[in-house]
Amino acid sequence: MVNVDSGLLLDARGLQKSFAGVRALRDVSLEVRPGEVHCVLGQNGAGKSTLIKTLAGVHRPDAGEIVWLGERVEIADPQAAIELGIATMYQELDVVDGLTVAENIFLGHELATGGFTRRSEAAKQTRALMERLGHASISPHAEVGSLSAANKQIVSMARALSHDIRLVIMDEPSAVLDSEEVKNLFGVVRELTSEGIAVVYITHRLEEIRQIGDRITVIKDGRTMASGVALADAPTSELIKLMTGREVASVFPPPVPVPADGEPVLEVEGLSLHGVFSDVSFRVRAGEIVGLAGLVGSGRSEILETVYGARKASSGTVSVSGKRLPRGSVTAAVRAGVGLSPEERKSQGLVLSESIFVNVTLSSMARFARGGWLNERGERAAAREQIEALDLRPSDPDRPASTLSGGNQQKILLARWLVHGAGVLLLDEPTRGVDVGARAEIYALIRRLAAAGNAIVIVSSEIEEVLGLADVVLVVSDGRILATLPAHDIDEHGVLELVMKGTAA
Amino acid sequence: MSEQQNTRIGEARTPGESQTPGGPRTPGDHQTPGGSPGARSSGADTAASPSLWRRILSGSAGRNAGLVIALLVIVIVGAVTAGDTFTSVPNVLTILRQASIIGVISIGMTLVIIGGGIDLSVGSVMGLASVVATLAAIQDLASSLHWSVIAVIAIAVGVAAGFVNGIVVAYGKVAAFMATLAMLVAARGLAEILANRRTLTVKSRDFVDALNADILGVDILIWIFILVAVAGWLVLNRTTFGRRTVAIGGNREASRLAGIDVRRHTMYLYAITGLTAGIAAVMILGRTTAGTSTHGQLYELDAIAAVVVGGTLLVGGRGTITGTVFGVLIFATLTNVFVQNDLLSSVQAVTKGVIIVVAVLLQQRFAAPTSR
Repeated sequence: MVNVDSGLLLDARGLQKSFAGVRALRDVSLEVRPGEVHCVLGQNGAGKSTLIKTLAGVHRPDAGEIVWLGERVEIADPQAAIELGIATMYQELDVVDGLTVAENIFLGHELATGGFTRRSEAAKQTRALMERLGHASISPHAEVGSLSAANKQIVSMARALSHDIRLVIMDEPSAVLDSEEVKNLFGVVRELTSEGIAVVYITHRLEEIRQIGDRITVIKDGRTMASGVALADAPTSELIKLMTGREVASVFPPPVPVPADGEPVLEVEGLSLHGVFSDVSFRVRAGEIVGLAGLVGSGRSEILETVYGARKASSGTVSVSGKRLPRGSVTAAVRAGVGLSPEERKSQGLVLSESIFVNVTLSSMARFARGGWLNERGERAAAREQIEALDLRPSDPDRPASTLSGGNQQKILLARWLVHGAGVLLLDEPTRGVDVGARAEIYALIRRLAAAGNAIVIVSSEIEEVLGLADVVLVVSDGRILATLPAHDIDEHGVLELVMKGTAA
Repeated sequence: MSEQQNTRIGEARTPGESQTPGGPRTPGDHQTPGGSPGARSSGADTAASPSLWRRILSGSAGRNAGLVIALLVIVIVGAVTAGDTFTSVPNVLTILRQASIIGVISIGMTLVIIGGGIDLSVGSVMGLASVVATLAAIQDLASSLHWSVIAVIAIAVGVAAGFVNGIVVAYGKVAAFMATLAMLVAARGLAEILANRRTLTVKSRDFVDALNADILGVDILIWIFILVAVAGWLVLNRTTFGRRTVAIGGNREASRLAGIDVRRHTMYLYAITGLTAGIAAVMILGRTTAGTSTHGQLYELDAIAAVVVGGTLLVGGRGTITGTVFGVLIFATLTNVFVQNDLLSSVQAVTKGVIIVVAVLLQQRFAAPTSR
């Protein structure tokens, strides 16, 4: 039972975890009391996900200890976590669409006699669970695929409760919900806590924390900045300060002034994508870096992909050097000299099994070719030139792209567009999965590319990255541009405030 | 969970033996320099460098060596059991002649599979093309036409059917398996209607003579196979088309975002399998001197088997023409050994099945190193 001495359900101390030399958790502590809603706040990349996965048994910490109900425990795998009484609800819901609600809930621990499932018993218990969660309207026999995201979440929660659970970790549960559904979710959370079950609630929406949280832990750069602070004692501005203010200003190279009379190279007018974003307009001059700042789900990446033609705009226009691009044609955008470095480098950017040079010339091999016959010598030479210019390692153009680090894979994508001669570069999360040292290099590169006259649009979930690199910042929230400002007129705090106000409204 | 799965799928296409087009390297011998197949992805634990044995086997040199060994074993078994009849030049030519038609189809199949697709309709398209070509020749008084018209018609029918497949798959976004399965059924049916379920004899003596001639003692059919194989190799390894095929099969979304017109390219890939089905129709017309709707039955499966045994990944992104040629030869030689020994074709079928499974098992074992 609950350790009387500390009164703590979970006490994780000094957790450390590195991935291939990148330190995701440096020193994270988390204390959870029974029956509380403990919010974990942090920016993207702060280490929230790693923390959750460590508690859920997906990752094992390199150092630090986890004390559960007063006893030191090792959580070897997800099954062990469930046996302890820790359930985790990930952002991507882990329900099976083709099965019924009851089947999902008892997946892996089916109620069965001699191999035959006891369907009516499962249905009965499911009904009881649903009632407990205040969602008796969800039928145990409904197919999960037909449910809304919110109800799928309820199913996922019911599954957690079908075990003997004392702690539920929720990873940004509100990300897929509308405001009514969020209210519902909060009702469920209160229901759980009233039974003495603790909830660790991960989010980056401050207003939600205010509504639901009891205490809060703030994480930044893999360190705990504040541990278990009662929410009543924590003013919002203080929390934002704790989340932000990373000392990275020095990594950003000084901006190069953009000639004021420069002609706009990329012009986006009233661009909309039905249901995702609407009426987005901005222009980028040669040598200018425009940054889109906003939270996950704000529509940043979709805007970029639509400008590129990878998604077909429902209205609005995109022009490059005064020439309008047809909607929804990547081929046309590339021909016009637009290049995209996509958000998911591995799944959207690279042919991992192919060599560096094949990836570098993927958009321009035809230019090297004569009548369709490849000129690999020319391609290798061009790749080698970029490898040298971008300090790409390893420098062998025949090395498969899969063997490179995140930073060097990013350089392949930059090299691709440099070889192609793109004048407009759309960079989506250019430093995701890139370690700290290589980041500075990528930043310098992006600056250099701008100075060389390229028009650059950058999207990043790290606001400081946008602010540090961009000349002009567009603050995006819920598919709308809230503000267009020179980067030096706003700081991270200001952006977050704008976004919070924007979403609250 | 899904992340892990993704990684695994990604790693199934491993760098070490990627079919990197061409360069100064030798055909089908694409060992990527320094390419340890235990490529590390973003994950935590880098794979311990694989043993030399494993590395050799997982390189494509190793895999082709495996194919050579398999072929040698079958040849030795044939030589021991059937002796001189097996090793005689006429018998070797018979093996090659029998390999040639499936071989041509397999070349097209290799390209479409590397490009991430599949074409189940090749056999029936071949049957349809044979029927249409013979019908056209009968109606237009074969004597007044040059024999090559028959060939041109057969090939045109194949290409047309291929384009239909390609359009349905690429622009209609129908799963390749389904679209080409539909074509398999429909083309066979259409051929039956046109032929009225009869066997139509090719009247043009010139056509039959031309296809049954030999150059340097080697049958025309074998020459056609050689030509198509060489052309296929060149397309895959030396042209932008081949490079794009590999890229699309390796990562469709990345290829699209790199500005490659993935849909148009996909359409062309099916046109190519249609083309090879058309050429195969010409060949079978020459060999059997008759067009019938039953030509090419189950050829699609033989072709796919040859391609897979040859080391091409069914999910696309990697494969070699050389491997496919070996795959075709292995099956053709095997058939011959069985025939020479008067063994039941049923026994042969069982053996074929075993070979396919073993080949795929080996592929999985050595192609996807367990780096996580």
